[in-house]
Amino acid sequence: MALDPKIHDSKAQDPQTQAALALHRFGLGPLAGSVNAIASDPRGALIAELDRAGAGRIASPDLMSSGEAARAAFEFRQARRQMRREAGGQTDGQQKNAGDNRKGRPRPSVGIAPQEIYLTEAKARLDAALAADTGFVERLVWFWSNHFCVSADKGQVRPIAGAFEREAVRAHVLGRFGDMLLAVESHPAMLMYLDNARSIGPNSPAGRNRRRGLNENLAREILELHTLGVRSVYSQDDVTSFAKVITGWTVVPARRDPELGGTFNFNPRMHEAGPQTVIGKRYDAAGVEQGRRVLADLARHPATAEHIARKFARHFIADEPAPALVERLRKRFLDTGGDLKELARTLVTSDEAWHAPRTRIKRPGEWIAATLRAVGANPPNVRPLVQAQNLLGEPLWRPPAPNGFADDNATWLDGLSQRLDLANQFARRHAGTADPMAVFEATVAPIASEDTRRTIARAESRPQALALLFMSPEFQRR
Amino acid sequence: MSLHVPTRRELLLASGTLFAWAYMPKLAQAEGRDPRLLAIVLRGALDGLAVVAPVGDPNWVKLRGHKAPTLGGDTPALALDSMFALNPAMPNLHRLYKAGAATIVHAAATPYRERSHFDGQDVLESGLARPGAVSSGWLNRALATLAPAERANPRARNAFAVGPIAPLVVRGAAPVLSWTPPRLPSAGDDTAMRLLDLYRHTDPALAKAFEERMGLTAIARAGGMNQRTPGNAQPRGAAKAVRNYFEQSAGTAAKFLARADGPRIGALAFDGWDTHANEGALDGRLAALLGALDGAIAAIETNMGDAWRETVVAIITEFGRTARINGTEGTDHGTGTVAILVGGALKGGRVVADWPGLRDADLHENRDLKPTTDLRAVLKGLLHDHVRVNEAVLASRVFPDSMAVKPMAGLLA
Repeated sequence: MALDPKIHDSKAQDPQTQAALALHRFGLGPLAGSVNAIASDPRGALIAELDRAGAGRIASPDLMSSGEAARAAFEFRQARRQMRREAGGQTDGQQKNAGDNRKGRPRPSVGIAPQEIYLTEAKARLDAALAADTGFVERLVWFWSNHFCVSADKGQVRPIAGAFEREAVRAHVLGRFGDMLLAVESHPAMLMYLDNARSIGPNSPAGRNRRRGLNENLAREILELHTLGVRSVYSQDDVTSFAKVITGWTVVPARRDPELGGTFNFNPRMHEAGPQTVIGKRYDAAGVEQGRRVLADLARHPATAEHIARKFARHFIADEPAPALVERLRKRFLDTGGDLKELARTLVTSDEAWHAPRTRIKRPGEWIAATLRAVGANPPNVRPLVQAQNLLGEPLWRPPAPNGFADDNATWLDGLSQRLDLANQFARRHAGTADPMAVFEATVAPIASEDTRRTIARAESRPQALALLFMSPEFQRR
Repeated sequence: MSLHVPTRRELLLASGTLFAWAYMPKLAQAEGRDPRLLAIVLRGALDGLAVVAPVGDPNWVKLRGHKAPTLGGDTPALALDSMFALNPAMPNLHRLYKAGAATIVHAAATPYRERSHFDGQDVLESGLARPGAVSSGWLNRALATLAPAERANPRARNAFAVGPIAPLVVRGAAPVLSWTPPRLPSAGDDTAMRLLDLYRHTDPALAKAFEERMGLTAIARAGGMNQRTPGNAQPRGAAKAVRNYFEQSAGTAAKFLARADGPRIGALAFDGWDTHANEGALDGRLAALLGALDGAIAAIETNMGDAWRETVVAIITEFGRTARINGTEGTDHGTGTVAILVGGALKGGRVVADWPGLRDADLHENRDLKPTTDLRAVLKGLLHDHVRVNEAVLASRVFPDSMAVKPMAGLLA
């Protein structure tokens, strides 16, 4: 719809065009030299990234497991509370001054601030995005991470949102959907985000003693968002029964256990014992196994395949992807028992995925990564980039609701003027080292209109040329 | 607020959007009125019972125990009438109610009866009777039915939205402008002009979106949109940040709507109402959110200035929450809830409710407040009496297939 159809058609078969399309549509945008490097076989380059050993994983000595992070954050918060209590003994004036000057405020020397852990994780994620050859596997990680989103806006989730992505999503991004589903739904971040950690079977020992009970939030969102899809095959009774099945799926409190605090725990005292019926099937298994079996069946359900296939195609290709493509993805998902590597391979070996016009606006995170890759930058301080993503309406690991960030054009068209302000800042910072025409050639030249080339070439300054390049339709759409 | 004299660049950039918003609903204009309508969508499902508590219902305290707002206790609710009392976090709303500028509609719901947030929000904002593929909202379609003040200008019917993403309720064929608080130094005008020129030649959709955003940003910068509302003791930390955000967003909306040459219809959305655990209606999360909403209401009243007497603000949510407290001191997804109407144009000071009762047998599916008022009747009543959209159009285009749902009469003064 956006591009001149003549331009699109006449260049469609050109290897450079295919390479640029591969990098923008399925990856995170070209690095210097990437277009040429993959031009001989763009599809092969994407598939090669899937086949690489350890693909999708991040290994860094700076990163903690979710349990370690939860305990470090707990120690920090506890020490800070203690310091504040002690500061309460000072005169009012002293305390006020300390409060007014955040930077000067003494910080606890034990534990780690949740925000610091969050930023360390954000930096590791950015590094992975900037180091990737095409970025296809990172895009898959981002897709699944948004599908199974948690929110760092919830205090307990903040220090472990990054670990959640590594432990539950990255570990299975090219594995089986059912394994990812189990890892996600039993992860402390998800159990706390959607309140299951405190959900108690009404007739369980804890439920009888404490007059507390069920919370159906996680059960509902698993059915509605993570697996079957809304308006599919489940009822309110299924939600309630499933919520009972996963009572007792909880988290060891960080304060209670210096070794296991912040890790998954099945607590039989909170679990509603006994058989439950979910989507017409009776589950007799006891304990945590009951929930595992329900999740395994949900992962294999035809409604799940349909839901996932459509959402996956929509993300990569178009608001309304070709029905034949969705059907092929759906069938492959079912036939392979939810093999996510096969799902990704099927996508990039389908002609429809390459022939669709480039209409999708890149999401803010994708666009920011693409600008940095284009100029070969990797800023040591990740904070301004985290802020930039906030400003564009896609704050990292902080979606507004459990359905994640929206995945349609209408939503992201709105942020264009903010993108220009950011493009301008980036351009001012990098114009000293990056030659705009060289960046143009390396990133969008094979797919760019003559108007775009001319506009960039005639810019009044190098920063302006770079900003216009980042804002050009060919750099925004994929 | 000082009047901004636009530069030539800004005029070019905005392509006439700057002073071309003098749209008035024609019929209302013929009556010498200039109505303003602002929709505020509370996403996540507002616990209507905790906002406007049925303190006169004998089963109320039985349902909620010590979580129930009542006229007694440490934080007594604010009496509205013999049956209902307002959550104590909302003194401004209470003041407006007493002054006849606020109406509560209770036990209301859209026609949606399932419990998915996202489908529920789609029904609420699309105005359709069922969830499904939706691309436009009822407020936008209402706007599209009104004749522009000047036929010559196709942009004269803009609605606008605050936030990086326009809510569905205002999206659609009629142009929508959105505004977010600017926090970055902006790109130069020259760069923006060159880019707009490129978009116009290569990508009309980007051109249109960009043009509209830039026009609005220019006005917001010029108009001193960052003033704070005085009064109200300021809460601390996260609650303060939420309060500031609500106040600034709503206050900005009011400033746009108040302008003689501004848009007349707007929308914004506030997230965070999904209180599954530790709801804190009196002393926790919900109380803080309601306090922030109360601050937003005050900011609108202040910034509307003289236009307040022609204003209606409709505060709506996708559905309510369970009547009983759940196992984690919160509430799960429910059905009936409240709609809060404020504004000087209302015949307020009333709780409109066909009260369904709170005995187990009275509850919808033995769990939720039973809805007895179709929220569409309320919204149709406002659009009909305030903005003068005619009833046939309301029943066909704005809220399709809603002929049986009559516009609620008598909401306006």
